[in-house]
Amino acid sequence: MSDLLATLFHRSMRIAHGLLMKKELIPLRVNGRTHELAIEPSALLLDVLRQELQLTGSKRGCDDSSCGACTVLVDGGAMLSCTLLAASCEGQEVTTIEGVSEHGSLAAIQKAYGDWGGAQCGYCTPGFVMTVKSLLAENPDPTEEDVRHALSSNLCRCTGYNQMYEAIRAAIAAEQEGIAAK
Amino acid sequence: MNNGFSIIGKRTAMVDAAEKTTGAGKYTDDISVSGMLIGKILHSPYPHARIRSIDTSRAEKLDGVIAVAIGKDAPNPFGILPVGHDEYPLALDKVRYVGDNVACVVATSEAIAEKALELIHVDYDVLPAYFDPEESMRAQADFIHENKPGNLEKDYHHIFGDPERGFSEADEIAEARFIAGEVTHAAMEPHSTLASFELDPHTGKTGRLTVWSSTQVPYYLQHKLSLVLEMPMQQIRVIKPLVGGGFGGKSEVIPLEIIAAIAARKAKAPVKITYTREEVFWAHRGRPRTIIDLKTAVKNDGRITAVKARVVQDGGAYCSYGVVTILYSGALLGALYDIPNIQYDGYRVLTNKPACGAMRGHGTVNVRFAFEVQLDELAARIAMDPAEIRKRNLLKPPCITVNGLRVQSYGLPECIEKTVKRSGWEQRKGKLLKGRGLGIACSHYVSGAANSIIRSDMPHSTVNIKIDRDGGVVVYTGASDIGQGSDTMVAQIAAETLGCSLARVRVIAADTDLTPIDLGSYSSRVTFMNGNATLRAANEVKKLIAAAAAKKMNYSPEELIFREDIVFKKGNPQPLPRKDDADEVEVTQAGASVSGHVEGQILRGSLQQKRKEEGPKEWMTFEEAVVAAIDFHGALTGTGSYAPPLEARGGKHKGGGVGPSPAYSYSAQVAEVSVDEETGEVAVHKVWAAHDCGRALNPVSVEGQIIGSVWMGMGQALTEEMVWKDGMLMNPGLLEYRSPSSIESPEIEPIIVESIDPEGPFGAKECSEGSLAATIPAIANAIYDAVGVRLHESPFTPERVLAALRAKKKEKALNLTEGVDPTSPKRFREHGGSLCFKGRGPARHALDPAHRQAPASAGGAD
Repeated sequence: MSDLLATLFHRSMRIAHGLLMKKELIPLRVNGRTHELAIEPSALLLDVLRQELQLTGSKRGCDDSSCGACTVLVDGGAMLSCTLLAASCEGQEVTTIEGVSEHGSLAAIQKAYGDWGGAQCGYCTPGFVMTVKSLLAENPDPTEEDVRHALSSNLCRCTGYNQMYEAIRAAIAAEQEGIAAK
Repeated sequence: MNNGFSIIGKRTAMVDAAEKTTGAGKYTDDISVSGMLIGKILHSPYPHARIRSIDTSRAEKLDGVIAVAIGKDAPNPFGILPVGHDEYPLALDKVRYVGDNVACVVATSEAIAEKALELIHVDYDVLPAYFDPEESMRAQADFIHENKPGNLEKDYHHIFGDPERGFSEADEIAEARFIAGEVTHAAMEPHSTLASFELDPHTGKTGRLTVWSSTQVPYYLQHKLSLVLEMPMQQIRVIKPLVGGGFGGKSEVIPLEIIAAIAARKAKAPVKITYTREEVFWAHRGRPRTIIDLKTAVKNDGRITAVKARVVQDGGAYCSYGVVTILYSGALLGALYDIPNIQYDGYRVLTNKPACGAMRGHGTVNVRFAFEVQLDELAARIAMDPAEIRKRNLLKPPCITVNGLRVQSYGLPECIEKTVKRSGWEQRKGKLLKGRGLGIACSHYVSGAANSIIRSDMPHSTVNIKIDRDGGVVVYTGASDIGQGSDTMVAQIAAETLGCSLARVRVIAADTDLTPIDLGSYSSRVTFMNGNATLRAANEVKKLIAAAAAKKMNYSPEELIFREDIVFKKGNPQPLPRKDDADEVEVTQAGASVSGHVEGQILRGSLQQKRKEEGPKEWMTFEEAVVAAIDFHGALTGTGSYAPPLEARGGKHKGGGVGPSPAYSYSAQVAEVSVDEETGEVAVHKVWAAHDCGRALNPVSVEGQIIGSVWMGMGQALTEEMVWKDGMLMNPGLLEYRSPSSIESPEIEPIIVESIDPEGPFGAKECSEGSLAATIPAIANAIYDAVGVRLHESPFTPERVLAALRAKKKEKALNLTEGVDPTSPKRFREHGGSLCFKGRGPARHALDPAHRQAPASAGGAD
């Protein structure tokens, strides 16, 4: 029920403020680049990413922070950009799925999601990849229980999650191999 | 393991995997075109009402509003089935469910469009509404559709064999009522459509229309747009970008897709409409709540002698796929087991709720739940092992079932054997700790419908292939990849057939201007039908290449082998690729293979010159063979199409067109659950799922489909249910709908069984839907094994499990679900009863028949 109220509140906020608020110039740092954006203070981070910056990798799957498809990293922590004001990220480092690929090639987790069937329709995938990134940053060798817990913030309707666990295990192994090789 | 194939049967990442994992891939809502406006739809707040008038003038005056479209802007009916053209994109004179589409505002921003919706005034004349199918069938007046008396969309009455005799011969007969709650697809991507008109250079007026839409059926969309907009189909281009899951929810044309085009025409600008998650729930088209009165008879040796089913589906306000759904429910009683006598009475009923349509396992799932649970009960009565009773009723293919379904490949025996073995059924069944249990169930599904919903003789799939001098293979297919991996399947089949690397193949899919017609991604038809068309197209091109290559090599074309980018003579050892391509052969995904500097030589023609000087070759690279073929034939193209054979198209009885398929997939599953007897909570620990997919073209994808199906079945079994109250959906959000998260999701062990179908491409059949239906009864049967109660109503919520446990112990009912005995419910609540409401909810309309008949219980559990 509280989610329903949150939806209503969120929606009424958008209607009430979207029409009335004046735009302000806000510097936003996304994927290592700074953008000067004229946005309404009520603008949501997800809308700004998708509409102002054309970073459409972050998806809208719900409107009330229940699905996790819009997950981005704000100063390294996984956040739901659909219920986060863009203006509140001023001075912080936002990383989206577009910022995950390393030096022009797929990051280990991106490659593994493809190889192990972690992505089917792919709509939830960017959100999951961001969640896994933040999990592995905090805990480079998570147990299956840790992984399940972390992934429960995101929903997927295709995979039943099973193949994602294999992908994550493979990505961890690849990372460790990479570190060992160095 | 891979039977001599170089690509088929290998674990392969999807060809579009990187697009998905990097976020670079475009779904419909990710696409913008210049000058694009945003559309928002006004929905009906009443479940059943006549529209007296609509006043849009205040909305039109709002700054930023460009146009407001209403029903009169395109007053033509449509529907996915030719017999079901009963809806309008925007309501003309009547709304039939809360959420029905009334008007569409086009504005420069979403916020302005939302504001404008509030300024539209609609004058409604509220009518009595029907929410319960059995009540709805008794209606005398105020029918939901004037031409459907008694709110009956369609009923079918089939008798195959002699059911009466079958029942009289039986030793044990079980009879019970089963109810399956209403569930929905909830694909992660909300529906979205972008429509854009061009100006015609010759007339100077509005010309061609391009539509990008999240659809499983771009060609049906093109057809329905043409009907409603009164435009020729060739003036309409439908493009399917990446689709974020469908599960049937995008397998028909929903009003949104046409409204976007109407709005774009009226606003004279491109318009995009994307549903909110709540709107997706209202648009629905999922699996209907189904009431199944089932009677099954067996002899003491376990043989089934007769089945009688009466099925009532709560279809919602429009026909949608309903006529097909109710037919599948009956037809798919056949083709799993050998059942000599079947009686089926199916009723598809209209109610004032969003239309139900096709959802993964279309039509078969709920009846399969009832049947498999009842079979388990009968096994217990005749003291037979539940796995054994299933083995006693196997078909003996090739055969044609009593209801006219042709079965050829049949991997069910192996599926049962393998799940039983892997799950330790024989050692563990009945010996687990108290509260823990194992259950088994089977299911099957079609590999595409043998008869198209629009009756015609046209092929169901056609594929074109073009190969140019660069050695790149371009496959043009109408198949709609919705995440199941059909683009990858098409690429694999083309590459395997042509003997080239996967990296050479580019798939251009689902664009009505570029790709030949394919009926769409539904009824699990794509691998079988589009795969066969791809195979035929590739073989046609290969013939051309072989003829030219054979000439160059002084062999006959029949002697040539095409494999891993090399063409060589049968019997000779496969030549090793040249040094600079060596590392490309292993990794088919990475980059073009035999290109690089060799390609440059080919383009200058120097290589052919060199070859000529060298005389006939022992072997050629794929690229050399292609160049030879182009020199010899000119353009190198091939086309292939597929139509199901006549023998597979079913019986001649009324409704006999639904159910027949060129091949059926089979599944057997064992579920292990535990039940908390204090709380009624059920936890699924593991599901072993063996699925006969004919041949696994890509095992990663096949396993993904099996796991996904089982998982979705588990959701329907335990938590997912659309809860209605007076025509209002009580849980229109992903959390409230309770799609399982990673915490609730068990380990699922997929077991691939390959029966090699004689007609499937490389023997392949369906793998994406057939496994879903077995999961629900496997869990129900496991609950019985764990705590000894039979659940006849899904989902098996803690309330229902507790009620059944208390009924078994003859304890006083807790009355959490209106005191309905879950083992034999006598009446049906209009909502599922799995949620306990505080407060009154929306007021029931005074004329509502349910209000008059049962005022005391109208408030539900409050």
